[in-house]
Amino acid sequence: MAKIKTLADLRKIKEEAQSKIKLRENSDNPEQLIQIKVGMATCGIASGAKDTMKYLVEELEQEAIDAVVTQTGCMGYCYAEPTVEVTVPKKEPVVFGYVNKEKAREIIDMYIKRGELIDGIIPVNFKTIDE
Amino acid sequence: MRTLSEHILDIVQNSIKAKATLIEIIVEEDKINDLCSLTIKDNGCGMNRETLQQAANPFFTSRNTRKVGLGLALLKQNAERSNGSFKLDSEPGVGTTVTAGFQLSNVDKPPMGDIWETYYLTLLSYSEGVLEYSHETEKGKFSINSGEIKEMLGDISFQQKEIREGIIELIKNNLEEIEATK
Repeated sequence: MAKIKTLADLRKIKEEAQSKIKLRENSDNPEQLIQIKVGMATCGIASGAKDTMKYLVEELEQEAIDAVVTQTGCMGYCYAEPTVEVTVPKKEPVVFGYVNKEKAREIIDMYIKRGELIDGIIPVNFKTIDE
Repeated sequence: MRTLSEHILDIVQNSIKAKATLIEIIVEEDKINDLCSLTIKDNGCGMNRETLQQAANPFFTSRNTRKVGLGLALLKQNAERSNGSFKLDSEPGVGTTVTAGFQLSNVDKPPMGDIWETYYLTLLSYSEGVLEYSHETEKGKFSINSGEIKEMLGDISFQQKEIREGIIELIKNNLEEIEATK
């Protein structure tokens, strides 16, 4: 395939893929999706949050798990970065610390797929880590 | 921070937090004068003079989750030790511009890194505005604008595999064409 260089090339990719793409059924009500927030402040990035986020995006897609992966700020657990907050629909958010690729794998396999809790949860009493 | 891409990923968060609707990442390389400059410009809420003076101080932050704020301080340190410069301009209600200059050939200049990942990962969580990245060398100029991509994609999500790979490929190919320094 020709190299992708312009927006027009990207449009072609989109058109080719369009037939395969199922529009997300849940995209209108994001509360039905699994929400994953990766702590991406200075402390997170310095500890490798970028790789963790990239890994999560790729793996969740590979496994066809409908999830929204976004970045968030720092919640004061800089010692445990990279931190990841996972919110499974109808459950309380859970924050995991020291999430490298192996840990991310474990979170997908154990917590997201089977609902089992694993080591490395940061016990917090908070509402959200947005601020 | 090991790469300029990581710095960008970090500093852009400040702009997002400042409720910017347009964030511009501008990289300019000048091999003849041995210079590389990185500019991050936003139209967010800006800072007053007091905050501006403190912003690059590692012991100053506007957060209340922790007491240090290293993002700008680390960029400043990296710029200065690679024989470069650091400048911060801001006006309340208008926006903020961060400019870091580096000596291109300096051993202490952090490599560019995977800027395509930085751009893509930032897109995923910045739906409120437009993220523009441009890179200029003596071979040419490349720029990418998230507003145009979004318009073109319509209902299709950035997270779609083909789209993700497409965006990343597009940036990589163009940077290669203008012979951007890695």
